[in-house]
Amino acid sequence: MPLLEIDNLVVEFATAAGQFRAVDGVSLSVEPREVLAIVGESGSGKSVSMLAVMGLLPWTAKVTADRMDFNGVDLMNLSPAERRKMVGKDMAMIFQEPMASLNPCFTVGFQIEEVLAVHMGMSRAERRARAIELLDLVGIPEPTERLQSFPHQMSGGQCQRVMIAIAIACNPKLLIADEPTTALDVTIQKQILDLLVSLQEQYGMGLIMITHNMGVVAETADRVIVQYKGRKMEEADVLTLFENPKSNYTRALLSALPDNATGDRLPTISDYMTDEAPAAGAAS
Amino acid sequence: MLRYLLKRLAVLVPTFIGVSIIAFTFIRLLPGDPVALMSGERVMSPERHAMISHELGYDRPVVIQYLDYLRGVVTGDFGNSIVTKQPILDQFLTLFPATLELSFCAIIFAIVLGIPAGIFAAIKRGTFWDQTIMGTALVGYSMPIFWWGLLLIIFFSGILQWTPVSGRISLLYFFPPVTGFMLIDSLLSGQAGAFKSAVSHLILPTIVLGTIPLAVIARQTRSAMLEVLGEDYVRTARAKGLSPFRVVGIHALRNAMIPVITTIGLQVGVLLAGAILTETIFSWPGIGKWMVDSVFRRDYPVIQGGLLMIAGIIMVVNLIVDLLYGLINPRIRH
Amino acid sequence: MADPSTAQPISLDPSRRRQLAEFWYYFSENRGAVIGFWLFVLLVIVALLAPLIAPHLPYEQYRDAVLVPPFWEDGGQAAFPLGTDPVGRDMLSRLLYGARYSLFIGVVVTTIALVGGIFIGVIAGYFGGWIDTVIMRIMDVILAFPSLLLALVLVAVLGPGLTNAMIAIALVLQPHFVRLTRAAVMTEKGREYVTAARVSGAGSLRLMFRTILPNTTAPLIVQATLSFSSAILDAAALGFLGMGAQPPTPEWGTMLAEAREFILRAWWVVTFPGLAILITVLAINLVGDGLRDALDPKLKRS
Repeated sequence: MPLLEIDNLVVEFATAAGQFRAVDGVSLSVEPREVLAIVGESGSGKSVSMLAVMGLLPWTAKVTADRMDFNGVDLMNLSPAERRKMVGKDMAMIFQEPMASLNPCFTVGFQIEEVLAVHMGMSRAERRARAIELLDLVGIPEPTERLQSFPHQMSGGQCQRVMIAIAIACNPKLLIADEPTTALDVTIQKQILDLLVSLQEQYGMGLIMITHNMGVVAETADRVIVQYKGRKMEEADVLTLFENPKSNYTRALLSALPDNATGDRLPTISDYMTDEAPAAGAAS
Repeated sequence: MLRYLLKRLAVLVPTFIGVSIIAFTFIRLLPGDPVALMSGERVMSPERHAMISHELGYDRPVVIQYLDYLRGVVTGDFGNSIVTKQPILDQFLTLFPATLELSFCAIIFAIVLGIPAGIFAAIKRGTFWDQTIMGTALVGYSMPIFWWGLLLIIFFSGILQWTPVSGRISLLYFFPPVTGFMLIDSLLSGQAGAFKSAVSHLILPTIVLGTIPLAVIARQTRSAMLEVLGEDYVRTARAKGLSPFRVVGIHALRNAMIPVITTIGLQVGVLLAGAILTETIFSWPGIGKWMVDSVFRRDYPVIQGGLLMIAGIIMVVNLIVDLLYGLINPRIRH
Repeated sequence: MADPSTAQPISLDPSRRRQLAEFWYYFSENRGAVIGFWLFVLLVIVALLAPLIAPHLPYEQYRDAVLVPPFWEDGGQAAFPLGTDPVGRDMLSRLLYGARYSLFIGVVVTTIALVGGIFIGVIAGYFGGWIDTVIMRIMDVILAFPSLLLALVLVAVLGPGLTNAMIAIALVLQPHFVRLTRAAVMTEKGREYVTAARVSGAGSLRLMFRTILPNTTAPLIVQATLSFSSAILDAAALGFLGMGAQPPTPEWGTMLAEAREFILRAWWVVTFPGLAILITVLAINLVGDGLRDALDPKLKRS
């Protein structure tokens, strides 16, 4: 049984200019222990569909799907309170801007222990011990001292490690990483990716990696979904995709890797997209 | 933290000196003879004029006079009232608790209603509730409070006869002031009904004085909340599966309170200006009414001293608010 | 001042016109602001036409019609639609004439504070150094006092009266303009276009007033509307305390002061002048909110 199974997901936003469709009939599934990459440009609806799974979209968004099952539970027909029991516990998410994603007014320790208190019902001492263990696990030196730190006292890479610690605190079955390395320095990017993959293997989580970076895909993913303007363009395992891409769009994405530059000019997506662009509108 | 405090104090000192210079010189700007003005005696013989002039130190250079005045101020000597001949500081200390009690109740009233109203409007943004709350807040913000007070008197004291028109407590009760705060003193007196009377005298002035701070706090809370609700860390809080109450009431509110605290601090000036009008309407024996009465009596030493003390209070409160700001905002603390 | 169609100089250069159109688009999206704007226009018309539409002269006393209630109450008379005051003057006429005073106060005070504040602010921001320090310390000192208290004391020094009240209020309001102008000038001073203008030989004064100022108008306009309403409120408050316009001037605050002792006997002499103040101030504040949203791109979508 797949861990997450989505059929025909549609997300629409009510805007001043009328209904706007950000995700248009996307279907996907993730097996336990699998790493799925969702690739696409900004505006391809890849983050929106995962925010819909987590139930984090603003109220202006209208989410419909033929099926959205997580771990055998139908997410579409869950009350908000029941859903909150799973979100942050069985499925967790980390985001693009680690510095902005942590609350500047609370210590790192508070923010980690909070999720333990809400979902695991641990005592104060247990929470503290677990928080130290988690910080150690994500590779933060001197974890005991770090519990008292505020986010602004740490670097972006460290903040992302703390975010990962919060996400894996309750041993989730699925971790969604939304462009987890985009805002970080190149040297840090690799460390964070390695950390995510090793944690995924160690704990047997399903991992969805949202990215626009084909290099990240090659390094981490088992299977890849390519999304463009709210639609799924292609789905393949990672080797097939890189060796034998079926859609023009995937070819375009692949050739936009700096390694593939010919002459002095880097190819752009629009060089390739002629016939295949879906008619539906797109947004960020 | 200590360095921050010292830096703030370093800015405060020249401002306070400036304030004292203004308070000191304004009497010299008055048309007419300062000796006659300060002594309150309009007609006097040249000998008496010379005597008083010497007594008040007006025969010395202005700079020396200023330094003398400043020395007096630092040691708590603000001179004497022309009308009552009492030391100004004594008068101030007798009357200030009344203003403090009223201002305190007003700001509590404003905070207790304003912050929840602002949060609610922000959560219900764009709805009927938001528009109603914000419309009401703008009316409150535009309110001529001296008229608002009269309206409330017409309705609650005149038509409904629920509350008294003026004063701090009914004349039926008499007890010596202990703290100067009527709510506390009336309880200490042990007289039946005294506390109730003190409360009923306080209600309308509290509403009147609290109206503008209430409107300002509600508007500021809403806009701060709206800004914060769009932040990434609020999304993180929701991604942790926290209840909406926890997301808004803890994660968002704590951040939104940072600008609101500053706004509340700035209301001190609004409160003291409002006290001038509110105390006049309700015959509330505080420093606002004292200042107005002194202006009418041309009691210049009192105006001078009162101006200086009120500005001093505002500066000290703003300093305290700044420190509080440092406590609530970890980015400044460290 | 608060009239948005004259808020920016109307020139026929098409980019300006487009700016204006865009501005009006954002402004008119705010329903409250539009209501406030038309209310304000109505007040201006009332003020201008007061002698034509007022049924009586504001000072005329009808000795046999003292404290007549409004026409819908028992004993009301159609000749005095909103009743008469304690000396038999028609309330409606006095209120209509009162609009002239309030708007006049708003315009004069805001103009003085704006012009003075811009001038001082540009000097402080442009020259910097000790000039800046001295000016800003003085502004801090003025801001250390509650505005109404300082205005009250200033009027006590200058002597009660409308002119002195306006001078006092303008003096108390202008530090806000100084601060805004100074801050804007200091940020704009470092920009390339200012350097370019200086290199091409523009003199200091010309540079400040012709090049820098036009780029700082938006916050000044918003502050000006705020000052307009607080000027009206403060002047009315001073009138109420007996330190502003003197009786028998039909200024709304002064009318309230005269009516105070009758509050429990004749509600209308108290209710209407205050309502007039509230509506005027509310209209201007509505426009002010709309202007802020329309002129501040950061808040545009909130």
